[in-house]
Amino acid sequence: MDHIVIIGNGISGVTLARHIRKLSDKRITIISAESDYFFSRTALMYVYMGHMKFEHTQPYENWFWKKNRIDLVNGFVEKVETDSKSLLLKDGSAISYDKLIIATGSIPNKFGWPGQDLKGVQGLYSKQDLEMLEKNAPNKKVCNRAVIVGGGLIGIEMAEMLRSREIPVTFLVREKSFWNGVLPAGESAMINEHILEHHIDLQLDTNLEKIISDENGRAKAVVTDKGETIECNVVGLTAGVTPNIDFLKDSGIELGRGVKVNRFLETNVKDVFAIGDCAEQHEGIGSRRPIEAVWYTGRMMGEALAQTICGNPREYNPGHWFNSAKFLDVEYQTYGWVFSEHSKKNNEHHFHWRHAYEKICITVAFDKDSHQFLGINTFGIRMRHEIFDQWLTENKDIDHVMTYLKDANFDPEFYKLYEDEIVAKYNTDFNKNISAKKKSWKRIFSIA
Amino acid sequence: MGNFDRSMSLAGEPPKALNTGQKLAVLVGMTGMGILILQLFNLNLGNSALWLTISIVAIFTGIIWFSQAAYAHKHKGIKNDGVWFKSISSRGVLAWMGGIALTGFYIVLYFYPQYLGLVKDGDNTGLIALFDPLSKGLSGNPASQWFVYGTMYTVAILAFGAKFIWKYRHNKYEQLRTVSVMFFQTAFAFFIPEIMARLNGDLPYYDLKNMWPLNYYNFERYRINGFIDSGSVGMTMLFFGIISIFVISPFLTYKYGKRWYCSWVCGCGGLAETAGDSFRQLSDKSKFAWKVERWVVHSVVVFVTLMTTAVIYSYLGNDTSKYWLTKTVFISGVAVILTAVFAWVMIYKREELAKDAKYGAIGYFTIIAVLIGMHFFSDSANIFIFKAETLRTTYSFLIGSIFSGVIGTGFYPILGNRVWCRFGCPMAAMLGFQQRMFSKFRITTNGGQCISCGNCSTYCEMGIDVRAYAQKGENIVRSSCVGCGICSAVCPRGVLKLENGPEKGRINSQDVLLGNDVDLMDLVNKK
Repeated sequence: MDHIVIIGNGISGVTLARHIRKLSDKRITIISAESDYFFSRTALMYVYMGHMKFEHTQPYENWFWKKNRIDLVNGFVEKVETDSKSLLLKDGSAISYDKLIIATGSIPNKFGWPGQDLKGVQGLYSKQDLEMLEKNAPNKKVCNRAVIVGGGLIGIEMAEMLRSREIPVTFLVREKSFWNGVLPAGESAMINEHILEHHIDLQLDTNLEKIISDENGRAKAVVTDKGETIECNVVGLTAGVTPNIDFLKDSGIELGRGVKVNRFLETNVKDVFAIGDCAEQHEGIGSRRPIEAVWYTGRMMGEALAQTICGNPREYNPGHWFNSAKFLDVEYQTYGWVFSEHSKKNNEHHFHWRHAYEKICITVAFDKDSHQFLGINTFGIRMRHEIFDQWLTENKDIDHVMTYLKDANFDPEFYKLYEDEIVAKYNTDFNKNISAKKKSWKRIFSIA
Repeated sequence: MGNFDRSMSLAGEPPKALNTGQKLAVLVGMTGMGILILQLFNLNLGNSALWLTISIVAIFTGIIWFSQAAYAHKHKGIKNDGVWFKSISSRGVLAWMGGIALTGFYIVLYFYPQYLGLVKDGDNTGLIALFDPLSKGLSGNPASQWFVYGTMYTVAILAFGAKFIWKYRHNKYEQLRTVSVMFFQTAFAFFIPEIMARLNGDLPYYDLKNMWPLNYYNFERYRINGFIDSGSVGMTMLFFGIISIFVISPFLTYKYGKRWYCSWVCGCGGLAETAGDSFRQLSDKSKFAWKVERWVVHSVVVFVTLMTTAVIYSYLGNDTSKYWLTKTVFISGVAVILTAVFAWVMIYKREELAKDAKYGAIGYFTIIAVLIGMHFFSDSANIFIFKAETLRTTYSFLIGSIFSGVIGTGFYPILGNRVWCRFGCPMAAMLGFQQRMFSKFRITTNGGQCISCGNCSTYCEMGIDVRAYAQKGENIVRSSCVGCGICSAVCPRGVLKLENGPEKGRINSQDVLLGNDVDLMDLVNKK
């Protein structure tokens, strides 16, 4: 019987294991040094904020693994020997495999800043990072101020976490506006405002120069490229992540920034695969990046590879792009592609609507010539995944999207609806005369 | 977490420490409670009306001020910071103290009302005497322990309802259903029955929204006599009691799910959603708890059905010439109705029931066997060897008092706020059965957007592992779901939506989540 060994018990590795179990009777082992059981990384912030206990982040009860005959090993893989098909663990033990899957995720980026390894300087990715933050910043007395470096999704989450304990936060963002490499200007501006509303000291267009140590080797201040020195006890490094593949250096497995894989998620070595954050496609699929450090893509890779391993070879073939996040109190969903002014192509035009005073807005991207619908960003309005997925598949044009926008609304019942206002703005902006059609259950459910 | 000591500070860490406003509010509210407690010791304060007013105003002010201090300065949004750090909401010392105090109160209330100051033939004393002026003003009668309880219950729903509305000021669904339970409690449970008692002394106390089997005593002899003796008003109420079981409730549950009752109307639900809101995260989500829930709650349904049948049976006659509804007619009628429901489910809804069909069948045949036994082995006073009255008092003691009151509410801070609704309420079980089999209600999962964070499951007061469905892209169609909407509210990714749609495709199980582009027909054909 094939022995499938998965290094990493995150969403990709665990999804893979579950699907292999569904499809086959193979022996499955998952190795992790981070935690005994699978937990949801995206939920770590809620543990620090007191919304949940750590065990609540574990999607399966502890008996689940034994019942499904998935062996869990708590250990750290130091070396992969592909010739003998075996792994060497830190504690000296060895595990042999028939098929090996690398699903080791990421580690926080460090860009060689002076002082980046001082005490009190940390990223926010793993369970251990969370435990460290609990030590470094238990309350506002121990931590008078925290400086967060890097304006992405993890940065704003870390700011929210610290603010929940009323710790003053300075947020250094390299860009001129928050996350504007990804978000169009209007949305980015709205989030800037929202960050300030939450009493976070947002410093745009500002880089970290160095972190200064006190006499005990602890961070005591940072210096920015504006020449400002900011005293602090904690420095959060949240300038993106990089694949966690150091242990593979001499394994003979081809590495770039991540583990190089083809569309079947195979590496250059037979019977070795990589999925999730640490996998790097030779070429990005569609408009996707070669490395996709996103929850959903990790899961999808796990689903696809399980088929391949169980004798039904299937390429990793992600459908239409989607993603979501929450910026403090503002939920964000995206379907299809909406690029920021920095990266969008000439043919991509935007329609933007923003509420007069609430933090609610949407941006719809479309082709300026064909008017084909390309994607939508929504802030503070929930929208239906299935509907947009279908519209993207059917290459609907933006007029169609506007006409049937009410079908796509996914806000809780009795919420105020803004579609008429949105369509009115669209009509004004583009000199159209569209009236939004009433929501129809028939249309909505003919899809699923 | 919790492997290392965070701080030795006695002041407590944010966000669990109270701010000054909250502390003062607690002082005011506790002063109101203090007046009530002093009354327990029969301290004669004089002027009951005045002191009662002061006490209730202080409690209201305290709770509302507390909410204001907690939420007003914050942005609208989810307010769960520090829930698991605070002693009261994480089974800490305060929670245990609160739980023990509440449980003690319920034991005294149900079994030793004399300690609250109830005097059978004479003037009340102590706490109950404090409520006499209010009771006399409403119904003309002196207060009873139930009037005291009803008043405090209503105060709790109104004051904590206001707190809940403040907490969820960004969420219209939560606000509306809270206004609804506040209204039904105040009007239907509190004022209307009191006023009806004033207008017509013979009418049994009747909270119209409280239907059988929650209101398990509705068809007892003294009540039926009371209804009949009160002429057309009484008959209308009796008729309403019957059609609410067989017509109104099935219709509304079909259209909206059982939430129309459990989260919008019901008094037990009302208290759980308002005063109990701080404890919703304490419900047990394990699969084991789910198993226990199904056995216990359905046993209660069987029990209440048999008990009610036995009680009605015991006072019916045998002579058709006197009254058409005889023992034989009644018991056959019950058997026919049960058989019709059972047959319909087995024929049309077998798949939804899946492996529970076996248990359903066992339950059904047990009841039928007992009914037949009842008819042949019982005389007018006894059901088998029990008196019908004994069955009734046993039910009333075990389920009506201990389960719904002492455990159901007393243990809020330890077991969560919906223990009674989940494990004990026969009404919830019956509505739930219908919700699972025959309803348009579901919680829709939004494609592949779930990140398995677990907020939905954590804050589900009914202990449903919502995430288990959401992360598979499946809709949630569970009999226990009371439709409180909190899972949808706390979801950080906009994945869940409570809605009423077509029955077809309501329960969707998917092999591959939305996102991976596969040829679905291909996948289906391979199976």
